[in-house]
Amino acid sequence: MSIDKILTLGQTAAELGLIGGLTVLALFLSYSMLNVCDLSTDGCFTLGAAVGTVTAIAGYPWLSLPAAMLAGSLSGFITAALQTRMGVQSLLAGIVVNTGLYSVNMMISGNKAALNMSKTRTVFSMAKDLLKGTPFAGQYILIVALIAVAVVVAMLCLFLRTKLGLSIRATGSNADMVRSSSINPTFTTTVGLCVSGSITALSGCLMAQQQKNFDINMGQGIVTVALASLLIGGVFFSRYKPIPLRAVGAVLGAIVFRIVYALALRLDMPAFMLKLVSAVIVVLAISGPYLREQIPMMRRRWKNAREGRSAG
Amino acid sequence: MLELKNVSKTFHPGTADEKRAMDDVSLRVAEGDFISIIGANGAGKSTLFNAICGSFFVDRGTILLGGRNITMEPEHRRARTIGRLFQDPMRGSAPDMSIEENLSLAAGKGGWLSRMSAADRREFRERLKLLGMGLEDRMKAPVGLLSGGQRQALTLLMATYHVPQLLLLDEHTAALDPATAEKVLALTRSIVEDNHITCLMITHNMQSALDLGNRTLMMDNGRIIYDVSGEERKGLTVSDLTDLFRRSSGRALDNDRMLLS
Repeated sequence: MSIDKILTLGQTAAELGLIGGLTVLALFLSYSMLNVCDLSTDGCFTLGAAVGTVTAIAGYPWLSLPAAMLAGSLSGFITAALQTRMGVQSLLAGIVVNTGLYSVNMMISGNKAALNMSKTRTVFSMAKDLLKGTPFAGQYILIVALIAVAVVVAMLCLFLRTKLGLSIRATGSNADMVRSSSINPTFTTTVGLCVSGSITALSGCLMAQQQKNFDINMGQGIVTVALASLLIGGVFFSRYKPIPLRAVGAVLGAIVFRIVYALALRLDMPAFMLKLVSAVIVVLAISGPYLREQIPMMRRRWKNAREGRSAG
Repeated sequence: MLELKNVSKTFHPGTADEKRAMDDVSLRVAEGDFISIIGANGAGKSTLFNAICGSFFVDRGTILLGGRNITMEPEHRRARTIGRLFQDPMRGSAPDMSIEENLSLAAGKGGWLSRMSAADRREFRERLKLLGMGLEDRMKAPVGLLSGGQRQALTLLMATYHVPQLLLLDEHTAALDPATAEKVLALTRSIVEDNHITCLMITHNMQSALDLGNRTLMMDNGRIIYDVSGEERKGLTVSDLTDLFRRSSGRALDNDRMLLS
């Protein structure tokens, strides 16, 4: 493999890692901070893509970003309302919204399972035009993705330092304590899921525009892929590290995941393996610490069984 | 100050587990009272606190705090005027957040989008110094890394950051080692006395029930069976209390957690 090829490969991995990294940042807020596993992420990602695509095709590439984010926060609001005000369990609320979003997304795309944007002006094609003739002409996707991620990381970190942000973190850490601080955890959960929904949708919007294609199934399994990236990111900066470092760690996790995936593809792993690989990573990262704790107990049990046999 | 009028609460009504946790409880607490509450497990002591705090809504009766009817107020709203400490030191603070972040939530200053200022930090530092545990030099440390005693002291500081109308202490030193328990109890005493906070304290230690405060309640089966204050209370001993319990409830105090010394 030539150096050129490696660089191209790395660049593509970084681009996809950064754009998908936005979803990881959304999960960083909902899963790591708020302690809610938001299973509506898949549908929300596609929702952002659908809204962004339709808006861009209608001729408003810039408007596509806030439009997608608004739609995403609405979806987050519904997921939150189901679990905080209507007695639906947290996981079920996500699944229900995810299922419902499929129809909503089809409605938005005008009952089309795919939309093509090869001739549409998108934020990426606009950046391409802007950078034409400069040394960065080849990196326009990377630059747009980098700016988006930098802005979201900065805003998220600033947000998490406000009183509202602290309350959201506390809700995930100890809801009793939030109530005794005279803050309504229903409110903080709602705001948290709205914000994370808007970031997920932004991620979907940019992904569709970068691929120049919207597909109704493009969000499928994104929650597992993003969770895997988040858990990989946790290896860089763990639970008690400062928030900005952990947010950067989450994005790094997404990029590392994409690089490893790209390498695996080079080694002839078929593309459809992506989801199984992410599923296994999530299982390993979550059950690893648990299993490690069990090892001493298993040893004792084996030892006991052996001694029992020899005694008998 | 605080008044409960004929408050009742039944858990799991209509099932085999039906439990009348509060049975027509009426209680009048005067401003500045420090009341200790004793009783066997399941007597309804913590249920009484839960009712006052709003962890659930009572089936019948009214609860007034400072003349305001709080019977139907949600828990987080009542928390503005009621501070509470639990036996479990982990319940009062958020482990993933730093000491200063926890304090900042308790202080609750500014609007939703405001941030902790240098002045806030200075104020937290001064308050933390009062605990005498050196926490003022570890303000950025995550609370999850503190010891149980340190966390309970921090919770005490948070619960009383804005002087509450009412402070509820639910065996808040029972999970600590004796030396730490003593220290936290001394801190509680000085904070309560300095700020003239009206306070209810559940305890399993009969001696401290008599030593602390100006009034003692004994609960059994969801009722207040004995209420003593003033001169009568001064002459009481621990064995008087156990005798009283036997006479009022018709059975012996069979709770091995009751400390008789």
